[in-house]
Amino acid sequence: MGRYVIRRLLQMIPVFIGSTFLIFFMVYALGDPVAALFGDRAPDPATAQQIRHDLYLDHSLGAQYLHYMKNIFIGDFGTAFNGESVTSLMGSAFPVTIRLTIVAIIFEIIIGIALGVVTGMRRGKPVDTGVLLLTLVVISVPTFVTGYVLQYVFGVRLKWTAPSVSPSAPFNELILPGLVLALVSLAYVTRLTRTSIAENTRADYVRTAVAKGLPRHRVIIRHLLRNSLIPVVTFIGTDIGALMGGAIVTERIFNIHGVGFQLYQGILRNNAPTVVGFVTVLVLVFLLANLLVDLLYAVLDPRIRYA
Amino acid sequence: MTATDTMAGAPAPATATAPLLEVRDLHVEFHTRDGVARAVNGVNYSVNAGETLAVLGESGSGKSVTAQAIMGILDMPPGRIPQGEILFQGQDMLKMSAEARRKIRGRKIAMIFQDALSSLNPVLSVGYQLGEMFRVHQGLSRKAAKARSIELMDRVRIPGARARVNDYPHQFSGGMRQRIMIAMALALEPDLIIADEPTTALDVTVQAQVMDLLAELQRESTMGLILITHDLGVVADVADKIAVMYAGRIVENAPVHEIYRQPAHPYTKGLLQSIPRVDRKGQELYAIKGLPPNLLHVPAGCAFNPRCPMAQDVCRTDVPPLHTVGAGRGSACHFWKETLGD
Ligand SMILES: Nc1ncnc2c1ncn2[C@@H]1O[C@H](COP(=O)(O)OP(=O)(O)OP(=O)(O)O)[C@@H](O)[C@H]1O
Ligand code: SF4
Ligand SMILES: [Mg+2]
Repeated sequence: MGRYVIRRLLQMIPVFIGSTFLIFFMVYALGDPVAALFGDRAPDPATAQQIRHDLYLDHSLGAQYLHYMKNIFIGDFGTAFNGESVTSLMGSAFPVTIRLTIVAIIFEIIIGIALGVVTGMRRGKPVDTGVLLLTLVVISVPTFVTGYVLQYVFGVRLKWTAPSVSPSAPFNELILPGLVLALVSLAYVTRLTRTSIAENTRADYVRTAVAKGLPRHRVIIRHLLRNSLIPVVTFIGTDIGALMGGAIVTERIFNIHGVGFQLYQGILRNNAPTVVGFVTVLVLVFLLANLLVDLLYAVLDPRIRYA
Repeated sequence: MTATDTMAGAPAPATATAPLLEVRDLHVEFHTRDGVARAVNGVNYSVNAGETLAVLGESGSGKSVTAQAIMGILDMPPGRIPQGEILFQGQDMLKMSAEARRKIRGRKIAMIFQDALSSLNPVLSVGYQLGEMFRVHQGLSRKAAKARSIELMDRVRIPGARARVNDYPHQFSGGMRQRIMIAMALALEPDLIIADEPTTALDVTVQAQVMDLLAELQRESTMGLILITHDLGVVADVADKIAVMYAGRIVENAPVHEIYRQPAHPYTKGLLQSIPRVDRKGQELYAIKGLPPNLLHVPAGCAFNPRCPMAQDVCRTDVPPLHTVGAGRGSACHFWKETLGD
């Protein structure tokens, strides 16, 4: 197991370098960060030259990338559009997005799995058909539509919650945005659980559990659920990275100052350090989440052995 | 009427002579998209304490479905029991509450399934799965249950039980896994064990070992055993009596040695002739011609008539009743006398 983890961590290095270089290349080579600083005005050539030199932009792309990576390792992600360091921007943005993601994951786990179990065990019944239709709607309607609709209904009309989240983003204000963020994944979790449960209810070992005279709740929880949730847990694990990166739309709708919001600002203002810095961290989160899922898989299913 | 009924003669005090388990006129049907499949059409059989009943028959003849109905683990729906009684220790289990039946399962009637690999839970250790019997039914602690599990594993002769109790099913060989299934069935010392083709999934050499173990465990107790198989070869050594099923009915039942000597039903005869035998080495192996009937369209009259070498016109119109052939013997054939005779 230990060797497996080390090998996986080593494998991450080329993936990490490759993906960060790609982002770096796209942001730096395809835009002009200096021009962006001046907005509509044409920059004074001497000043522009000075800024280029300060930002290490007068070197080759490869050298720039090496320089950037070197700085990352000493914790310097450069300066954001508002003059703050990107690191301090991350320090304020990531906790907010992590809170939002936690809320979303909780929704996925509780509602998604519950709906999946109910529909999986009552296949073909009205509940099943109804929920299945609902998941189809949720999956096919874009998040910004459901987001604005729910914001309008619960935030503006019913006033159950604030339509826009305050800068400190406490948990209670993140419930509705968390739900919006979770919706599509929640629909997938429901379907995945449903299929998995339906498949396993006919499994021989479930029949054995019944034949042993175990009470129904024990058959369902210890035997049926324990097996059926393995693919679901894996899905939710991999979804962590996707949720954090995918929060851009949700954070825009509810004006949450998290990762998605800052990333959006960075792109809008063509601020390379912000974009590259945030994406780099997201890539890292994604890779680690995947490793964690693989390890979790081995814990949940003893037939899987990593060496 | 079953042969056992006629045997009883004068009415005796019901509880004293009542068999451990008696299935009476059991019907099971499955409602599928293509229609109603009548998997079991009036099965009668009984088992006494300490006795082994072998249930024989081709694939699809309803052996497992009957067993599932006894255990109360039929898929309902699509399954349905429109008719019949299953008397266990004198009480009709089909009239019991779901909770009462659950308490019989595992505790009084246990079942051994064919494929131990798929029948054991892949993500729980065998110790957990064995211990669950004691924890749920007897309220033992996790630790005490584990100790009992190790004892059980010893009893079915799994080498190094103490070291292997925390292993998972996939870490055992096929024979060892089936021993674990047997251990699980034995756990609470039930009165009746139903073994549904317990050796079919195993290698030939291992088959005999597992069969011997089962027979030995049964000999040293008073439990009844229903052994479902389509292998007539193993039956002779272990069974006391045999029930042969065809298309959801019992076509012949008899004490084991009599059926080998002198079958009273053409189907049984066909089955016996299809066993490879040393004294007929070199001869072509006999096979009953044709296929088992489609349960959606069981032939009128005797269900076996399209395949029967002795079929007459009456066989295509009248369903043969189970005729009493002798003491404890019955045959559902219009021409059982002729069959016995030749
Ligand atoms: N859950 C079910 N739904 C629909 N039909 C079923 C179901 N279970 C069994 N059957 C049908 O009942 C019939 C009898 O099946 P059963 O399993 O009892 O046969 P068997 O005698 O045990 O055969 P085998 O030797 O192959 O195990 C089969 O034709 C099968 O298609
Ligand atoms: S009743 Fe007729 S068809 Fe059926 S087994 Fe006897 S002889 Fe054959
Ligand atoms: Mg079967």
